[in-house]
Amino acid sequence: MSDLTLMLIKLAFLAVLWLFIIMAVGVIRTDLFGPATSKAKRGAARRSEPRRPKPAPQRGRRNEPRSLVVTKGPLAGTTLDLSSQPIIIGRAKDATLVITDDYASGRHARIFSDNGRWVVEDLGSTNGTYLGQNRLTRPQPLSVGQPIRIGKTVLELRK
Amino acid sequence: MSEALSTALPPVKRRNAELIMLLLAIAITLFAMIEAGLTRNDEMPAQLFLFGGLFGGLALLAHVFIRFFAPYADPLLLPLATLLNGLGIAMLWRLFEATGDTTNGSAQDQLILTAASMVGFAGIVFFLKEPRVLQRYPYIMALGAVILLLLPLIPGLGMTINGARQWVNLGVTSLQPSEFAKIALVTFLAGYMVTKRDVLSLVSKPVKIGPIKVLELPRMRDMAPMAVMWGFCIIVLVILMNDLGTSLLLFSTFLAMIYVATQRSSWIILGLSAFFGACTLLYPFVPHFRTRVVTWLDAFSPEVFCTDEIIANSTDAFCVTAGQNSQQLVQGLFALGEGGILGAGLGGGKPGHVPEVQNDFIFTAFGEELGLTGVMVMLMALALLAQRGMRIALASRELFIKMFASGISFLIAFQSFVVIGGVTRVIPMTGATIPFVAKGGSALLSSWIMLALLVRMSNNARKPAPVAIQDEGATQVITR
Repeated sequence: MSDLTLMLIKLAFLAVLWLFIIMAVGVIRTDLFGPATSKAKRGAARRSEPRRPKPAPQRGRRNEPRSLVVTKGPLAGTTLDLSSQPIIIGRAKDATLVITDDYASGRHARIFSDNGRWVVEDLGSTNGTYLGQNRLTRPQPLSVGQPIRIGKTVLELRK
Repeated sequence: MSEALSTALPPVKRRNAELIMLLLAIAITLFAMIEAGLTRNDEMPAQLFLFGGLFGGLALLAHVFIRFFAPYADPLLLPLATLLNGLGIAMLWRLFEATGDTTNGSAQDQLILTAASMVGFAGIVFFLKEPRVLQRYPYIMALGAVILLLLPLIPGLGMTINGARQWVNLGVTSLQPSEFAKIALVTFLAGYMVTKRDVLSLVSKPVKIGPIKVLELPRMRDMAPMAVMWGFCIIVLVILMNDLGTSLLLFSTFLAMIYVATQRSSWIILGLSAFFGACTLLYPFVPHFRTRVVTWLDAFSPEVFCTDEIIANSTDAFCVTAGQNSQQLVQGLFALGEGGILGAGLGGGKPGHVPEVQNDFIFTAFGEELGLTGVMVMLMALALLAQRGMRIALASRELFIKMFASGISFLIAFQSFVVIGGVTRVIPMTGATIPFVAKGGSALLSSWIMLALLVRMSNNARKPAPVAIQDEGATQVITR
């Protein structure tokens, strides 16, 4: 085996080693920022439709909730369509969903979308927000059908 | 609060990414063997198919196993471990089989040990569905760790190899119980920190110089666990067993975990000063400890290196009286220097100059033959492994799992540092092994066990939360 061949094999081996590391970093990158789009595609997209907000990444998913429904309490039956905007629930006039409930605080809880997942957060209410049977102490991801209780009002996400 | 949210990992499986990375890792192993065979013996290795089939088959089996039993596990853990393990096997093959000398060990043995370790890996992933059950037995774990660490001291059972008393003779094979004690200790510390976190992190006594608050010291009584840990590491491990590596590893893991739990730097300052203070005080009195420091600091002096001239002419030179020299360290440094940027190519160097190159010093063999470029890949792989572990800790919801995952990843990272730091003369030589790479069954098995724990925890951290059962009457039930 000539020295040149061995030299080339050596360099090829080192290159493959680094290829592994670069691919590994690529996998981590996808974890952080979502799947990469190629430069050409991105450029084309920018040219044709500048500044259009990104379409919801997980549209068409089976478990994507579409509306927030009040199932119990004075407002039972009320339905709110979900958009990407956060929903504030409380007695305050400027809340998205104004509930007339003596046990609710002014700005009681917030429901918002975190990259396609819906999350409920208690905004420091007096009587607390309950997800299922547990009082929220920190934001919790929500799934379809899980009851959120605020005072006497019960809400849930529906498809 | 939004920080807590953004750290959660998206519930995706990514098993195909894992498969591709895994195939690449197996290919790299085989490529390494082919390169070594071609360079050394001018022919393709005869055992290529045996090794490729067995090692590749085992890794792929592990992958299929993860697909079924931990589908949401982090996609990088298995490929990174496979790469490191495969590189280790290829290097051992190059050191032993390719040179035709298998008296000190062989890559085939390592392959069999890898198979056994992967069985252990699969067993843990399969049986330990919820790692939090380990939280229930912190003190039993602590006792287990202490017993494992002390086993080599039992006369008749313990064995001293290369000056360190850290082996247990089981008749057919020998074991290094400290490798498993580390894991038991991390389990204990994770469980302990969960219960004592508030006390350890909140209660403090400010130390003031004039009006300025310099440091917040914990109360005396809260320092008891640290005192116990410190005493154990110093007295048992350094004085009785000459196992500096394990001592350093365990104590720093303890400090890292207490820091993760409390976020107070005063623990680290206290712990490090106690540890180094003890080391400085002990230095004149513990001969084997002094030997290690001298071979580290004065490695290049002829008296320590033991040149032929010194052996012939001098009877009171350091290396003669201490019975130890710095040849391994210095030859290792020369090997690293010889490697340069690109290395000599696998099979092209002379790693045999370094005594016992298959154990701690396998790093220098890589440095000589793959150069800085190749060694950086190995370091990157270890760093990524530790990074994935920390990521799991961030993404997990339970405190115990956070502590456990961060402890294990710190262990992997710090163990690599202790070994590579020792080999490159950054810190004194200790007696630890690079995870997954170096020869040795206990080290390999404990590395794969740690990997299994990480795989299981990452699966649980990423798994989408189960949909709650509909709560019909909104009766408030407080459960603790």
